[in-house]
Amino acid sequence: MKVLLNVNHVEHEIDVEPRLTLLDALRDNMRLTGVHTGCEHGVCGACTVLIDGAPARACLIFAVQADGLAIGTIEGLAPAPGELSLIQDAFCETHGMQCGYCTPGMILTAHALLRENPSPSREKIVAAISGNICRCTGYGQIIEAIELAARRLAGSNAGDAA
Amino acid sequence: MKSAPFTYCRPASVTEACALLAADEDARLIAGGQTLVPMMAMRLARPTALIDIARIPELAFVRREGDHIEIGAATRQAFAEANATVALDLPLLARALPWIGHSAIRNRGTIGGSIANADPAAEIPLVLATLGGAVVVQTPRGRERFAARDFFLGPMTTAIPADGCLVEAHFPVWTHQRIGACFTEISARHGDFAYVSAAAQVALDDNGSCVACALGVGGATAQPTQLAVDLTGARINETTAREKLSVAIETLDMMTDPHASPAYRKRAALALALRALLAARDEALAKRART
Ligand SMILES: Cc1cc2nc3c(=O)[nH]c(=O)nc-3n(C[C@H](O)[C@H](O)[C@H](O)COP(=O)(O)OP(=O)(O)OC[C@H]3O[C@@H](n4cnc5c(N)ncnc54)[C@H](O)[C@@H]3O)c2cc1C
Ligand code: FES
Ligand code: FES
Repeated sequence: MKVLLNVNHVEHEIDVEPRLTLLDALRDNMRLTGVHTGCEHGVCGACTVLIDGAPARACLIFAVQADGLAIGTIEGLAPAPGELSLIQDAFCETHGMQCGYCTPGMILTAHALLRENPSPSREKIVAAISGNICRCTGYGQIIEAIELAARRLAGSNAGDAA
Repeated sequence: MKSAPFTYCRPASVTEACALLAADEDARLIAGGQTLVPMMAMRLARPTALIDIARIPELAFVRREGDHIEIGAATRQAFAEANATVALDLPLLARALPWIGHSAIRNRGTIGGSIANADPAAEIPLVLATLGGAVVVQTPRGRERFAARDFFLGPMTTAIPADGCLVEAHFPVWTHQRIGACFTEISARHGDFAYVSAAAQVALDDNGSCVACALGVGGATAQPTQLAVDLTGARINETTAREKLSVAIETLDMMTDPHASPAYRKRAALALALRALLAARDEALAKRART
């Protein structure tokens, strides 16, 4: 089936079997390997992408269901090649990642959170990332990274620079 | 983990969806896919065709209709969670929604999908059963309304016929001045399905006496259960409430699994129902009586 996906503001037309998940379509058909494959049944959050701006599991939606929708992946966050978004930068600075497997999902989740709520409480941050499992960091530095990014966003007038 | 092959279509109306469903007994409706897609990935479900109802416009709404609120089946859980009408008029549903999985799940999962799926531990079915709500199901033969108590038949089993599409859920609205609501549950990890959950909504009069009370437990029994406990006519006190709740919970036929025995479920159901009831009472008490 032909499917039209708007990924990071670029239109892609792909021809897929209905059973191909959005996760596999992004990784295998579009070579966007920043979206990670973990459990493939919705529990780990490694495959998090933004669908019409809201975090969702790419493993729990077939590409055909996403026809015509706007998909955001980690590759679309940095303002220019070789640069980092404000949130990505905060993750580096606070050591909010170790192996990096959960990181794209964490950052996209944080991105959506901060766009909706620029100064979230610690509790709100914890609730937002509760669906993203990290086996390395123990979460402390991830929460710090998001808090740091929120403070920097407040200090900048960059608007959507998150 | 990859699904078995299937064909896919996205009809424009419920009528069309029902006709497609009637034409192929192995076809399934898909709404948010947050239950069906993992089932297919694990090959616990192998539908030959998926009929996608997620974008049918007539299935996405929240509206006040007389003494209840009607929610369209394909309304996303996250939409209902952020909806002002739900927050104002359905406090129990508003309290229950954040307990469902994680926000990424609620961003895709639908109100109707959760009700149609009828997991004994699911939050939305428990709210519907506790408040004594109803659902509307459409088939090629027309529309039929089912009261919650006639709809949830057992684990993952409902009164929806093979060619039926759930179209609306009706949640009763209470109009009393002083209402309190609480939803609580116990699970292995945040966001997991509950071993036991409890829901309570109470209304008090100006003197603090209970004038209406709805209580229910989920996860414990094969379907969400409204507790037959009448606390109206007096102030709610912990001792009497505990006695009445224990009698009601004692008669329930508890499920068992390796994580929670029937005896544990009974203890947890009593503790959680009491906690929910007292929290709902306190919330209602904190609302000003008319002077
Ligand atoms: C990690 C994770 C955690 C979760 N935790 C919870 C939780 O704590 N509590 C909870 O309640 N749920 C939980 N869920 C499930 C979630 O709430 C689902 O969204 C919901 O159960 C099903 O809704 P859906 O729209 O995704 O339905 P789908 O997955 O699309 O469909 C589910 C079933 O219902 C049928 N169906 C769907 N819509 C209709 C309709 N209108 N008429 C007739 N049949 C229909 C489908 O054919 C299918 O059999 C979790 C899911 C995941 C992946
Ligand atoms: S791979 Fe999608 S949630 Fe784990
Ligand atoms: S950094 Fe390794 S899983 Fe999170």
